[in-house]
Amino acid sequence: MEIKFRHDVDSVLEEAKKQNKPVLLDFSAAPM
Amino acid sequence: MVRFVNENFIPARVHVKQDPEAFKKYGEKYNAHWTPTVLELDPNGEEFYRAEGFLPVEDFLAQLMLGRAHMDFKKGKWDEAEKRFREVYEKLPNADAAAEALYWAGVSRYKAKNDSSALKETARAFKTRYADSSWAKKAAIWS
Repeated sequence: MEIKFRHDVDSVLEEAKKQNKPVLLDFSAAPM
Repeated sequence: MVRFVNENFIPARVHVKQDPEAFKKYGEKYNAHWTPTVLELDPNGEEFYRAEGFLPVEDFLAQLMLGRAHMDFKKGKWDEAEKRFREVYEKLPNADAAAEALYWAGVSRYKAKNDSSALKETARAFKTRYADSSWAKKAAIWS
């Protein structure tokens, strides 16, 4: 099981507002 | 780690190499110019906590838990904040963030009860745990 990061940040921010849920925003350079 | 993130956040990633335009856009918006930088944003997109630089898993999880507790603290949810701060040092007592969590758990309890004995108890607790930490020095004034 792994963290399923999303990449559509604007959509995530909108969804967070609707769900009243915080966002974890990871700025990464890790190999994908 | 995965459970904590999924239960508490909607996770999003901006990759510096895979999506440099997004990295520039959100890096400027959130003043993030180095990786790894992990931000905890409230539901309105306002930053309430950040962790910069690589950490081992246990320390990283403790940082995330600490940040989530700080969000409740900043919203005045003292009981919930205290519970979350305590979880940091009870579940991850050897993490770097544990001493800070002990400090803020005491402050949260004081805020909730308006009872200074919560601060004295915290100062006493620092005599046996994390005594060499800067947080112990900060709490020393309460004893």
